[in-house]
Amino acid sequence: MVRRSVSRYNPEWLNKKLVIGGSMILVVVLIGLVGPLFWNTDLAYVGSSPRSLPPIWALKGNIAHPLGTENMGRDMLAQLIVGTPSSLKVGLIAASIGLGVGLVLGSLAGYMGGKVDNIIRTLADSATTIPSLAVLVVIAAHVRMQDTTVMALILALFAWPHPTRIVRAQVLTLRERGYVRMAILSGANAFEVMFIEMLPNMLPWLAASYTGGISGAILGATGLEVLGLGPARVPSLGLIINQATGASALMRGLYWWWMPPILILMIIFTGFFLITMGLDEIANPRLRGVKA
Amino acid sequence: MGGLTKQYVLTRFFMFVLTIWIGATAVFLIPRLAPGDPVTSMVMRMTEREGRVENAQELIAAWKERFGLNDPLYIQYFRYLGNLVRFDFGYSLANFPTTAWEMVRPALPWSVRLLAVALIFSFAIGNTVGALMGWRKTPSWLQNILPLSLTFTSIPYFMFGILLLYFIAFQLHLLPASGGYSRDVTPGWNLPYIRSVITYSILPLVSIVLTSMGGWALGMRGLMVGVNNEDYFLLAQAKGLSPARVFFRYGVRNAILPSLTALALGMGGLISGSMLVEYIFAYPGTGYTLYRAIITQDYTVMQTICNLMILITATSVFLLDLLYPLIDPRITFRRSQM
Amino acid sequence: MIHRINETPKILEVKDLSVHYFTSRGAVIAANSVNFYLRQGEIMGLVGESGCGKTTVAMAILQMVQSPGKITHGEIWVDGEELNSLSERELRQLRWRKLALVPQGAMNSLNPVLKIKEQMGDAILAHERQLGRATLKQRILQLLDDVGLPARVYEMFPHELSGGMKQRVCIAMAIALNPPVIIADEPTSALDVVVQRVVAQTLLDVKKRLGVSMLMIGHDMGLQAQMVDRVAVMYAGNLVEVGPVEAIFEEPLHPYTQLLIESIPSIDERKPLKVTEGLTHDLRNPPPGCIFQFRCPYVTDECRAGRPPLEEIAPDHFVACFKVKSARLA
Repeated sequence: MVRRSVSRYNPEWLNKKLVIGGSMILVVVLIGLVGPLFWNTDLAYVGSSPRSLPPIWALKGNIAHPLGTENMGRDMLAQLIVGTPSSLKVGLIAASIGLGVGLVLGSLAGYMGGKVDNIIRTLADSATTIPSLAVLVVIAAHVRMQDTTVMALILALFAWPHPTRIVRAQVLTLRERGYVRMAILSGANAFEVMFIEMLPNMLPWLAASYTGGISGAILGATGLEVLGLGPARVPSLGLIINQATGASALMRGLYWWWMPPILILMIIFTGFFLITMGLDEIANPRLRGVKA
Repeated sequence: MGGLTKQYVLTRFFMFVLTIWIGATAVFLIPRLAPGDPVTSMVMRMTEREGRVENAQELIAAWKERFGLNDPLYIQYFRYLGNLVRFDFGYSLANFPTTAWEMVRPALPWSVRLLAVALIFSFAIGNTVGALMGWRKTPSWLQNILPLSLTFTSIPYFMFGILLLYFIAFQLHLLPASGGYSRDVTPGWNLPYIRSVITYSILPLVSIVLTSMGGWALGMRGLMVGVNNEDYFLLAQAKGLSPARVFFRYGVRNAILPSLTALALGMGGLISGSMLVEYIFAYPGTGYTLYRAIITQDYTVMQTICNLMILITATSVFLLDLLYPLIDPRITFRRSQM
Repeated sequence: MIHRINETPKILEVKDLSVHYFTSRGAVIAANSVNFYLRQGEIMGLVGESGCGKTTVAMAILQMVQSPGKITHGEIWVDGEELNSLSERELRQLRWRKLALVPQGAMNSLNPVLKIKEQMGDAILAHERQLGRATLKQRILQLLDDVGLPARVYEMFPHELSGGMKQRVCIAMAIALNPPVIIADEPTSALDVVVQRVVAQTLLDVKKRLGVSMLMIGHDMGLQAQMVDRVAVMYAGNLVEVGPVEAIFEEPLHPYTQLLIESIPSIDERKPLKVTEGLTHDLRNPPPGCIFQFRCPYVTDECRAGRPPLEEIAPDHFVACFKVKSARLA
């Protein structure tokens, strides 16, 4: 069996979907990174600006609030600049915890087999099927969330089963490969085998699972925020949508209130989706070259 | 022969019980592991919202007593599990004499119906599209059109729902924006009512179907590409079977099996997503009831809905599991390796 | 050796067949101007190292070359019909009725989710639509019996059968419509030796009883020696020698055939073909001249300049080699 090298310069990592998706996420990240340098983020809070101003291109638009303001006097641009990175942060933290737990549980299951494998696999299977939002709602209703980190920790509860399944399946497959067997026979310990021999080969799968996990966690967080269960004092994309629907912004035609957060979220989800697909194609070359 | 062996059914039933138990336990335990207790935090919220609550301390004490929160945790836990088994979810907090079950029960059929129809449409359309995309013999004009159906794949159901709500209902006035049926009709087995129910369900349905079918299509495409290269698929062509027969009996028939597994695994996500869609369209299902419970701080109703959703998911997964061996004869041999 | 003119009609004829695989780095020539024929009631072996294009030729005859592969040139005549010119529909009607396939023994050629009766029934019903239920069952049971399988196989799924049994199901399926030609693509590969013998014997029985002609692709020279009437030797997409099995084994003419025969330890001990020395050329870019020039011990300038044509040097015996030709002339 030829060992697949995964170098940074490997042309297969320059997958088209990966590049496009990556650029989309990069743009969104830049909103949060560069935005505060050009715009006063204090305007994201209640009463900092005039109420219900339309965006600059509308009739009564105002240069001081290019994307308009909402009915509590919050500047939309400032809210987006503050809210976007906080949504990404939640996804990143939750997915990282999920991946870490998944790596440990998955390799334990794959390596030890037997009872350990049975228990971990069954737990992961059950946890995957549970409707996370319903559980999250109950939890979030109890735990008073001051900031996004607590929310990320709660979301991590549902971020581990997928990486666990992936890692376990990969360990089981890779364990049978010649070079891994050689490493085991030559006395390398399980830890070395896992991290030196197996991990590089799992990379595309792990990366796909990770990006999928990020967007899953962002989806969960947004869902909670939209239902009004997120941190209430920090602007977030979901909270803006919650406030907008609560104030009947859709019916009243205040499109500049609810549409920008939805557009940004759509870019985020599409971006991560494309990245995940691109990574899947790298991990599973059979999918490549088929029209999509 | 495959089929439903006793051991298989028992194993699956065990998974069914386990899933419900894990979910119910998470719902019970995690809030109690967090600092503070539900009653105090609820009263704090009320304080936050209304500025001041009369006799807050006594209220907390009274509620704690009623919920049995002063008992040791394990007693509370067993009482909770025991009540669950008897379908006793306690009283609604917001509408005291009504039980939580009575609050949720009217919403259930709406949710189950919406979910079932959405699921059937998205699974059927998505898999057909995917299978055609992965099939070598699909005409190229179709190959070029089909990917368009993937456009909305990555967008969460409810966000797409908001866009539909705004453009189709509020801007174009083509379809009703919210509710389950028109105020002008009387519920019952009459044509106007049924027509109204269908009209009102179109937008929520379309939100779910258009956004979720792409996932099936993508999965199915990959599986079909794989089956295309299987020897039995080639042999079926060599046998001179009609393309339709090769496609369905030797292609889709095999490629659909992992899709069904994915369906079982994705059930929770689907239910979560459709709850948010119900909220967006004020559709009278459990999702909307949940939203109202959140607003009214009706903690028992939230918990009831959550447990019922877990039950619905676990039941559908269990039913799928029972269906599986009937279509895949190898199941009893293979399941153990999955 | 006595040569007599063979008058038996040709049931399968491959004329000037070329198959190219179009890759991003140029076209791979998997079969180049392949010419041979199969006489009625004869078994012909098509041998060569793996990757030499023998399976490609089989797939081309069946009109089942998968993209990015394409038949770029040639004619395939089966029982008086030319396949390359048939429409998809005509081809479908002809398949299995005129031309059946016994697939590789190593493969999962049976659909795992259909019962044997359904898979055999599919093949029969596709061509005899009006067949009654009871007749069909009778027919399938008879076919199973013909290949020595018990009747209970009728209701079984592929995963319940052993490798040898599955392969016999495939043989039963291949003879279901009594086709004049069967293509067997390494029918015994990956089966253990005892089972190989059973499968090979089943094929021979079937051939004897039905008088079917067979093209048997394989790399097991020992097995070929015992089963076939004539052998075609393929190297890098080109036929280099076609001849009666005795001639090929006793007096191989082409240097590559000689190499192949030498590589067999003894006629009873079978092992897959493996000729280790020498580098083959890049298949996208074959050299002008003889295809075997880089590995041939007798290579001359003539061989590098032009490609030797496949010429009949004795009845039913063809060789593509300048050395052999000049030796015969001398």
